[in-house]
Amino acid sequence: MFYREAGQFKASYQEDQQIFPIRQDRIGFWVAMAFLFLAVPMIANQYWLQAILTPVLIFSLAALGLNILTGYAGQLSLGSAAFMAVGAFGTYNFMLRIDGMPFLVALVLGGLCAAAVGILFGLPSLRIKGFYLAVATLAAQFFIVWVLVKFGWFSNYSTSGVITAQQVEIFGFAFDTPLLKYLLTLVIVCVFALFAKNMVRSATGRKWMAVRDMDVAAEVIGIRLMGTKLQAFAISSFYCGVAGALYAYMYLGTVEPEGFNLDLSFRILFMIIIGGVGSILGSFIGAAFIVLLPVFLNVVMHTSIGAFVPPNIAANLELIIFGGLIVFFLIVEPHGLARLWQLAKEKLRIWPFPH
Amino acid sequence: MQFKKSLMLGAAVAGLLTTGFAAAQEQYIGLPSYRVGAYAAGGTGLYGGWIDYMTLVNERDGGVGGVKLTWEECETEYNNARGVECYERMKNRGPTGNSVFQPLSTGITYSVLDRVANDKIPLVTMGYGRTDAADGRVFPWVFPLITTYWSQNTAKIKFIGMKEGGMDKLKGKKIVNIYHDSAYGKETIPVLDAQAKQYGFDIIHIPVAHPGNEQQSQWLRVRQERPDWVILRGWGVMNPTAIRTAARTGFPREKIVGVWWSGSEEDVIPAGDGAKGYIAAGFNVAGRDFPVIKEIEKHVYAKNKGNMEDKSRIGSVLYNRGVVHGIITLEAMRTAQAKFGAGKSLTGEQMRWGFENLNITDERLAELGASGFLPPLATSCMNHEGSGKVKFQQWDGTKWNVITDWIDSDQSLVRPMIEESAAKYAAEKGITPRDCSKEM
Repeated sequence: MFYREAGQFKASYQEDQQIFPIRQDRIGFWVAMAFLFLAVPMIANQYWLQAILTPVLIFSLAALGLNILTGYAGQLSLGSAAFMAVGAFGTYNFMLRIDGMPFLVALVLGGLCAAAVGILFGLPSLRIKGFYLAVATLAAQFFIVWVLVKFGWFSNYSTSGVITAQQVEIFGFAFDTPLLKYLLTLVIVCVFALFAKNMVRSATGRKWMAVRDMDVAAEVIGIRLMGTKLQAFAISSFYCGVAGALYAYMYLGTVEPEGFNLDLSFRILFMIIIGGVGSILGSFIGAAFIVLLPVFLNVVMHTSIGAFVPPNIAANLELIIFGGLIVFFLIVEPHGLARLWQLAKEKLRIWPFPH
Repeated sequence: MQFKKSLMLGAAVAGLLTTGFAAAQEQYIGLPSYRVGAYAAGGTGLYGGWIDYMTLVNERDGGVGGVKLTWEECETEYNNARGVECYERMKNRGPTGNSVFQPLSTGITYSVLDRVANDKIPLVTMGYGRTDAADGRVFPWVFPLITTYWSQNTAKIKFIGMKEGGMDKLKGKKIVNIYHDSAYGKETIPVLDAQAKQYGFDIIHIPVAHPGNEQQSQWLRVRQERPDWVILRGWGVMNPTAIRTAARTGFPREKIVGVWWSGSEEDVIPAGDGAKGYIAAGFNVAGRDFPVIKEIEKHVYAKNKGNMEDKSRIGSVLYNRGVVHGIITLEAMRTAQAKFGAGKSLTGEQMRWGFENLNITDERLAELGASGFLPPLATSCMNHEGSGKVKFQQWDGTKWNVITDWIDSDQSLVRPMIEESAAKYAAEKGITPRDCSKEM
């Protein structure tokens, strides 16, 4: 009843091609943006900004990167965390070694480093597919972390192998409070999400999807496989690299190569599986689900039965519930939470008269 | 929805905590524990020991200086991002916020390193974490107490020298350093190289890739090199595998010296009989024959208030290390109360002063019922390590036996390296080191 596009006529190509063709979606989108940019800074405290919202945004960006590669171009990858590490260490070294390097330029350069490495490890994708490719990208995961530990140059010869993020200044303005860091992250993530959305709506994304659905057919209609696959690897790694740099500069402050381990790669993969493979919105929902649910369960457990149950059992119970919920959602909707949202919208369109 | 719901829940918890106990003064201690995952054995033992000690002090003495101890656990799963979330969640709980943060994970330590100075919460890392934080001028809020990796490594070489009959006998000897190929494992290489030069022994570094459950080639190399000693700098499953493989290749276990992360029951029992004779360093010792452990059994477990489900683990290396965490934290609280007044909740700043002015003498340890349990400790603005001493224990197949007294580290070698590294960090971050003569 309320969510219906009846009466909304498209009078120009521009209107027909916009991201949200339905007015209600546009309103919802701008309300969400206003909430994130205006309301959150006013109501959220330091804990929410620093420990919840900023990491969710950063992981959303990483999930977005992986979604471009896996969800749209159909190339399974287990190296996302390693590409994040390249971005973080790349940005660190650009900031460290070039005097007066602006942070945003270093961020992009760090992302480009990750893109270059991504292309390199994307080369096997020209010959191998599916699970075999996942194993090949596993090599990236171990190799990159090993290189960062092995060669002290990357961490500026720190004995413990960690890097400490420098102060972030943009046009002489220091981004040092949780609120400013949150806002900067939000701006960057929004811009990248917009780029991603437009890429997948344009010829670029259609080529990826053609390759994903059947690469022989794609080749027959004139899509160059090599260029398309490597492009997907480059853009995906670029996104992961920027996410990695934000992870170091906006969130943790100090990172070690081992922090970007296989475990993190798996978490990012789970984010897109839960959120929705091949969906921009799904990357955000998935990241929120994987990051927030364990924290939420931990808080609930402490406030409800924490006082009576031995801590060992409570801690394991949280994991059991977490795993159980993942299984539940995958059974209810194998296409991810983003698909649930889409179904809800379709239902809403015809509500309250479904027939 | 989730956002709002847990926000409300969080507010409700905070409300409960502040109103429910307002009558009695209390000191809140947030425990970022891990009870699930690959390192759960370490987390349950250590945090169990720590909680048991705090329960003991609450039950027997009614808290410290009339202030009851309260605590809350937060599951980190040994994951950096979860650790940061726990840190942020617990930071403002209790009447004066979190008193101290001790994550028992080097990764989490690094992740909160920048935050503690802003939030004014001391970060205490016993036997792990950032070594150069021992320089308190650059790291006022970080305390790598008792001993760092570099210090204990010089103590190991000293122990080997003692066994050989004098440090001059080390000349021409060959030592192999088998290390976990990670930042953690590589951290002692510069110290070993410097010492090799100083004493004239040969040092060979052999890496083991994570997780280290296959070490045939490394130990074959050890057999070819025929070293006099092997230093084991392992972690997790790498330790029992190393000991088992050493047994198979016939390297005498009496000549293997492990770091403290290679020296708990959990490291040797899986290796079975092959572990007999293996030696490991420790800044606390194993065993139940200490008055403090007996008190815990009497006041806590007899009343069924203990934290450990498996009571046989009481007195194990990791459990006792947890008790050490408890003792030192509460001693810092006592020290701070002596200055800022007893009977009140201390702020993070006051706790920091307590950690910086610790003086746990042998007499004090005797009063606590912990003589020989942990080394005496005295910290200062310059020195956030406080002791550097370790004991060596040998596994006899069923239990750890202490085979040395406290062995001192070689601070003449370690301290300049710490200061150099800390100065580099200060320069990179633009920190002006404190002037310790002005500190009180």
